[in-house]
Amino acid sequence: MTGLNGGQRPDFAAIAQWVKPGAHVLDLGCGDGTLLKYLQQTRGVTGYGVEIDDGNVLECVNNGVHVIQSDLERGLAEFADHSFDYVVLSQTLQAMRHTERIVREILRVGRAGIVTFPNFGYWKNRLQILRGRMPVSENLPFEWFDTPNIHLCTVADFEKFCTERGIRIVGRTVLTDGRTVDLLPNLLGELAVYQFGG
Amino acid sequence: MRELRGFFMAATKTNDLTTSVGIVTPQTAGFTAPLPLRSGAVLHDYELVYETYGTLNADRSNAVLVCHALNASHHVAGFYADDPGNTGWWDNMIGPGKPLDTNRFFVIGVNNLGGCHGSTGPLSINPDTGKPWGGDFPVVTVEDWVDAQARLADKLGITRFAAVMGGSLGAMQSLAWAIRYPQRLCHSIVIACAPSLSAQNIAFNEVARQAIITDPDFHDGNYQEQHAAPKRGLRVARMVGHITYLSDDEMASKFGRQLKQGKPGYSFDTEFEIESYLRHQGNKFANYFDANTYLRITKVLDYFDPAFDHGGSLSTALQPVTAGVLVISFTTDWRFSPERSREIVRALLDNRAQVTYAEIDAPHGHDAFLLDDPRYHKLVAAYFERVHREIAP
Repeated sequence: MTGLNGGQRPDFAAIAQWVKPGAHVLDLGCGDGTLLKYLQQTRGVTGYGVEIDDGNVLECVNNGVHVIQSDLERGLAEFADHSFDYVVLSQTLQAMRHTERIVREILRVGRAGIVTFPNFGYWKNRLQILRGRMPVSENLPFEWFDTPNIHLCTVADFEKFCTERGIRIVGRTVLTDGRTVDLLPNLLGELAVYQFGG
Repeated sequence: MRELRGFFMAATKTNDLTTSVGIVTPQTAGFTAPLPLRSGAVLHDYELVYETYGTLNADRSNAVLVCHALNASHHVAGFYADDPGNTGWWDNMIGPGKPLDTNRFFVIGVNNLGGCHGSTGPLSINPDTGKPWGGDFPVVTVEDWVDAQARLADKLGITRFAAVMGGSLGAMQSLAWAIRYPQRLCHSIVIACAPSLSAQNIAFNEVARQAIITDPDFHDGNYQEQHAAPKRGLRVARMVGHITYLSDDEMASKFGRQLKQGKPGYSFDTEFEIESYLRHQGNKFANYFDANTYLRITKVLDYFDPAFDHGGSLSTALQPVTAGVLVISFTTDWRFSPERSREIVRALLDNRAQVTYAEIDAPHGHDAFLLDDPRYHKLVAAYFERVHREIAP
């Protein structure tokens, strides 16, 4: 089993800061369930993960996380309107084919949405592009030809996306090496964490 | 060709004593308290045949009830001393070190009321007439079965099951347990299930029933007295059933258009391999199964619909559920498709129940729940690991 001290995935603590104790949480693309387990342990939340991969579903069961095996691209038909306090999409938005649809579904099912994604505008990514190569880093570990990340965006892109659709950004934390970045987040931030509402 | 196992054909593999529960012996429990049935009829006196594997722990918290589907029985695992080839129908799931590990759990298999494997059913003597029940045996339901199982649990001193588990019709019982006796189980394991039969499902059952009822040897169900049995009808009924248990792809890959003689004979003999398979299954079944039981079990399936009493709302029907529920479906199961399992999941989510849902991408159709796909078995094993941790002192 993986260690769960919160330091393991830098965005976990940033997500947890907004989650009220005892909340009902839906974690989309929950992987092996470590985030939900972390939130269960640190915030006493209830809820479910949604995951498509067989191996991850098995790990969720091992981790004591309730998981629903489903393809996010098909939407969230199993879940009723406003049935969760928070719907979390952690490091998955950039891999979704139907980006706008999943954001709409998050707002239908949850009272608030929390998304995290690697900031493509991070200076190290820009530097690699300037050198003529697609960025590969800890947060973007894939080569261009085998990446699942088909909809990468920057902090500025995401905020424009929300503004244009009337989606209200409630909170933003931008991180680099696990530390909060306040200055020039679109340039100096590696990982973005947003809370938003309808 | 790998042997195809039908809904409940016993496995024909050899018994590996390191992973088998070994020699098992059925037991019988008698009940004299009247059992009111959903139909309004009352069974005054009845017996249930059951088997157990593993050891009940001191605080009686490790019992798991395994419910059978259409034509299976209490013989879930192990084999008989005088019939070592007769291996339990879910022997690949249950035994030492298997997903439902009998080193940890005390497992109970029970033949349901109306059955033909020893529990009171149409072949039994009706105490009021001194003759076999035959066609007069009442129509039973999933709920009636679950009530009878609960009385068996009382008798065995089990107030709360660690889990109730089943596939197909067995899963309906598992779900009914969670609705009907929420305080009496920690977990409900619901595999290849549906919250009710579709019109198409009922249609297949009706074809099966008509095959039996219109057999001249049926005699209104009282064929025993006439020393007859509607075997031709039962054979056709079983053939229809078998078509629905396999996926189209599975049937194509196992049989395709293969001809036994390699060329058409322009006759009505068994020519295609699939014909041969269906006739074999039909014949075998008609020789050991009782037609009255088959009729009743198809009705048990047709009537199952927990939402019916709640204005069609499955969410309302599942409100009482407090157990953790593991729902598993198989992608190629067209008889009880994943979509039907998702209805159950959706209703449980509406109630914020502790539900886990897995959709196994297996090619075998409805029968997949009886096969040992590693993804499926690993998942069940992991779930029982969780159950074990919960009940561990």
